Amino acid sequence: MAGEAILREVQLTLPMAPDMEIAASKTATAMAELMSMSPDKIDEVRMAVVEACINAIEHSRAEDRKVHLTFEVLGDVASQPQTLRITVRDAGVGFAPDQVEEPSIEEKLTADRKRGWGLKIIHGLMDRVEIDSGVSGTSIVMTKARG
Amino acid sequence: MSESLKLQVDSRDGLAVIYTEGYINNQGGEEIARTAYQLIDDGHKVLLLNLGGTKIVNSIGISILIEIIEKMLEIDGKLAFCCLTPTIEKTFHIMGLAQYAGIFEDEPQAETALASG
Repeated sequence: MAGEAILREVQLTLPMAPDMEIAASKTATAMAELMSMSPDKIDEVRMAVVEACINAIEHSRAEDRKVHLTFEVLGDVASQPQTLRITVRDAGVGFAPDQVEEPSIEEKLTADRKRGWGLKIIHGLMDRVEIDSGVSGTSIVMTKARG
Repeated sequence: MSESLKLQVDSRDGLAVIYTEGYINNQGGEEIARTAYQLIDDGHKVLLLNLGGTKIVNSIGISILIEIIEKMLEIDGKLAFCCLTPTIEKTFHIMGLAQYAGIFEDEPQAETALASG
């Protein structure tokens, strides 16, 4: 990914409203199809985007009640697009990613609260995930290679 | 924008199959749970969730499926899934669901495995 140029960029701002994550996933699908990503990989990207949006909607407590997404197709200008980079950002209260306990099925089966899987799913489906969070909000940058 | 989930149920030979069509989110998961608990109340202890008509799920919906797995373990029953997209199957493996619920390629495979105990 180092040295790759941004070949195409789409920005999307969504209200934190029911099923808005599906709108985000449709944009992710369009961008991934544009770079001829395989259907299975596109599905993985869609699901990761859904989870990132849900995290923002459920946990950010952002006063503007908006999720900001940037979809970037990266690659060498002389060749095919190689990487899809998606940033999901909110202007919420932030959190400490390193203090988020990794969920386990054994624990969740007996726990009252069975949720809390979003980050684990995102990490499992995307090639690379970076989280930057602080008092002015959270951004999750997720990348997936085409090939 | 709402992507509602449609369900159908088919009961035969002690097995109840729940067919889903659409997005399994919070509401969709709750709908599946209501249906599953009704089937359990009716005496079914073996449930198969055929997700062939579902192309996308989210973690809130899956969390509700975990509640159903917990319930099935409590009554010494069995829950299995079939006809998953590769991404949904991968997600179930990431979450560890496959340790507690069978995952099968298609309905005949699931029926055979569930019938053999």
